Amino acid sequence: MEKSVIFAGFGGQGVLFAGQLLAYAAAEEGLYVTWIPSYGPEMRGGTANCTVVVGDEPIGSPLVRNPDIVVAMNLPSADKYEPLVRRGGLLVLNGSLVKRPVQRHDIDVIVIPANDIAESLGSVKLANVVMLGALIGATGLLPLSAIARALAEHLPERHRHLLAANEEALRQGADFAMRMWPEVVAAVSV
Amino acid sequence: MAIAELTPPQIASRPEVALAAMQVVYKRPEALTEAYTHYCPGCSHGVIHRLIAEVIDELGIRERTIAVAPVGCAVLAYEYFTVDAAEAAHGRAPAMATGIKRVLPDRIVFTYQGDGDLASIGTNEIVHACARGELLTVIFVNNSLYGMTGGQMAPTTLPGQVTTSSPYGRDIRQQGWPLHITEMLAMMPGVAYAARRSTHAPAEIRKAKKAIELAFRAQIEGLGLGIVEILSSCPTNWGLSPMEALAFVRDKMVPVYPLGDFKVHQALAARA
Amino acid sequence: MAKTLWKGNEALAEAALRAGVKAFFGYPITPQTELLEYMARRMPELGRVFLQAESELAAINMLYGTACTGTPAMTSSSSPGISLMQEGLSYIAASEVPAVIVDIMRGGPGLGNIQPSQGDYFQVVKSAGHGDYHAIVLAPATVQEAVDLMYISFDLAFKYRHIVIILGDGTLGQMMEPVEMPPFKEVNGGEPPAWALTGAAGRPHRVITSLYLSAERLEALNLHLQEKLARIKENEVRYDTTMVEDAEYLIVAFGTVGRIAQSAVRQARTTGLKVGLFRPITLWPFPERELDALIERVQGVLVVEMNAGQMLEDVQRVVKDRVPVHFLGRMGGIIPLPDDILPALHTLCGLVRSRNGHRVRPVPA
Repeated sequence: MEKSVIFAGFGGQGVLFAGQLLAYAAAEEGLYVTWIPSYGPEMRGGTANCTVVVGDEPIGSPLVRNPDIVVAMNLPSADKYEPLVRRGGLLVLNGSLVKRPVQRHDIDVIVIPANDIAESLGSVKLANVVMLGALIGATGLLPLSAIARALAEHLPERHRHLLAANEEALRQGADFAMRMWPEVVAAVSV
Repeated sequence: MAIAELTPPQIASRPEVALAAMQVVYKRPEALTEAYTHYCPGCSHGVIHRLIAEVIDELGIRERTIAVAPVGCAVLAYEYFTVDAAEAAHGRAPAMATGIKRVLPDRIVFTYQGDGDLASIGTNEIVHACARGELLTVIFVNNSLYGMTGGQMAPTTLPGQVTTSSPYGRDIRQQGWPLHITEMLAMMPGVAYAARRSTHAPAEIRKAKKAIELAFRAQIEGLGLGIVEILSSCPTNWGLSPMEALAFVRDKMVPVYPLGDFKVHQALAARA
Repeated sequence: MAKTLWKGNEALAEAALRAGVKAFFGYPITPQTELLEYMARRMPELGRVFLQAESELAAINMLYGTACTGTPAMTSSSSPGISLMQEGLSYIAASEVPAVIVDIMRGGPGLGNIQPSQGDYFQVVKSAGHGDYHAIVLAPATVQEAVDLMYISFDLAFKYRHIVIILGDGTLGQMMEPVEMPPFKEVNGGEPPAWALTGAAGRPHRVITSLYLSAERLEALNLHLQEKLARIKENEVRYDTTMVEDAEYLIVAFGTVGRIAQSAVRQARTTGLKVGLFRPITLWPFPERELDALIERVQGVLVVEMNAGQMLEDVQRVVKDRVPVHFLGRMGGIIPLPDDILPALHTLCGLVRSRNGHRVRPVPA
């Protein structure tokens, strides 16, 4: 098993941290994992992205042209990465910001109103964790509990007071995806 | 009969008494090796080396002193001091000395640098060593040109001075003004002692020694960086006799590079 | 010990601490700055020396000074900064003091960009400063390997009184991977070696210099350095292979590209291509004999690098004209991905004749 995920969005949407949570959780689960950010000038205010590769064997390339999964948090990211998702792969879209129809018919798609869910939980900043929850809910890539533990361990000190809200965001994201795809519920609820 | 009661001819006639009567009033400092220096006749480097060695002896720091030699005429300075020494790249002595002092803070570290080394290629290193207030002693020898490479113009070359790379005389419109780097460094809070001295006359040499001592004391007492600029003669590249060269220092260099203290930390002031 | 997730730059820094580094001098430059920042935080915690220098030139000369005291010390930088350090490297090599340098390469020439590159192979492997010597160059492909190589780098530097350069690229510096950190240790038992400048207390004074005005003495120094390099060549070669036992075609790649090529090899194997990977870990000394032995058994070689073909010259030197050598290089911060390498492999294997779009070029023997 080897799965590649690209998280993409505006700088400030927390896509790098969402990727890190996945990587921390994978490492905690004893899997091989790589996390690599784009670190160009786009760091400053433009789009940001990171690639996470998870596998049960040592990871060769930490970068992929056609990822298995894309988590796109804004329209430019959706436009850039939708065409690149591997055939049969998964696209998780932030429906709060991506209002256009999906073009691809050869991939699975989850459109989740991540900003709206996040705001209902008290902060739009939780949208990245909602999206990550949706990814886990849809794929069962890792147990949700592993992500929750990664959150508890790695949420920066200044956001500590938002831990409970983050955990709720993760759960609601996963629930949303599982309602769309009930067949993976068993895998996720481990 | 006591020696004091003998007349000089009587002493002279008895060698064993003569030897017993002699006192050592001048000797090689322990901090100097017995090597002959390679410096040209009339060059001030030898005098300055001796002053440093005397100060090291008098302060009792020889066994814990580490020197950093420059690139330039004094490149072989490490052959003349009986202290541990490293040879730096051109201009980098303050960086290298920083690396030594930071890991061996109880050692006494000094650099010995010429004007091409310190005031041209090494300005960045000396300025930032001063900015950090590194506990270093810097002996800065200014002879107004690049000596070792054969007398080219340095930032310290006097206006109108002819060198092999300013054959029409230094034209300030083309080549700028002499750099008064010691005055510049004196402005910095990290510098505890900054002074300019000369070697053109015995009285000046004595003053230079005092300044060297204070530049070491600034380090020993943890006050900051101590720097002494010493005006030095270069008869060979100036095309002058040794005596004419000393007159050149006095008459041409001193008016451009005034002697004196530019910064004396108050903890040193009583000794200055 | 459990593995934890580390960013390459920070993992290198922590591994250096555990390896016994006592002083760090550096200057900020992307994409290695996290290493400097990590040291700025951790070195004072451990009572060790951290100093941000005014330039890379000053940093390498501070390192030179500290190295003269027999204290384990290091610096880190990225390509343009390494260019500035060339002066100090040459003096350090001539003076035979131990120094460890990390180069997290970025795109060049010139200011280039901050994306990954392997464009420093020439300046680090072939000529890290003027004069006749090579630095020991270690090229990790993973964060764990970076940690493991950093952990032995001071031992190598002290054993041979020489320069060790850890050569990574922006990918390695910026990526995170699970790592098992080794325990803390001391270099040389924590004692300054017998040649170190410590002050001439109760012993004759010592001098560390790179100046030899006598031609005979300078030649003698050079012969001594060459003898030392020959010993390093004999003892310190490191490399890794993937599926070379039955390989008919061979990829040669180092560092990040080496691990990417590993993915390409696995994918090629699923399509029936008998491809293997040879990954030099020491770029100097280059694993000549080990590569040479493999060349006898393969029909062609593909060299992949993030440059215009720098290690390629070493591979050609070993292969000579025995089998065709092809080259795939990306520059400017573009990373060749498995999807780029596979078509190049097909070209090499004669399955696809022309894929110029991927910039595969046969290299004249």
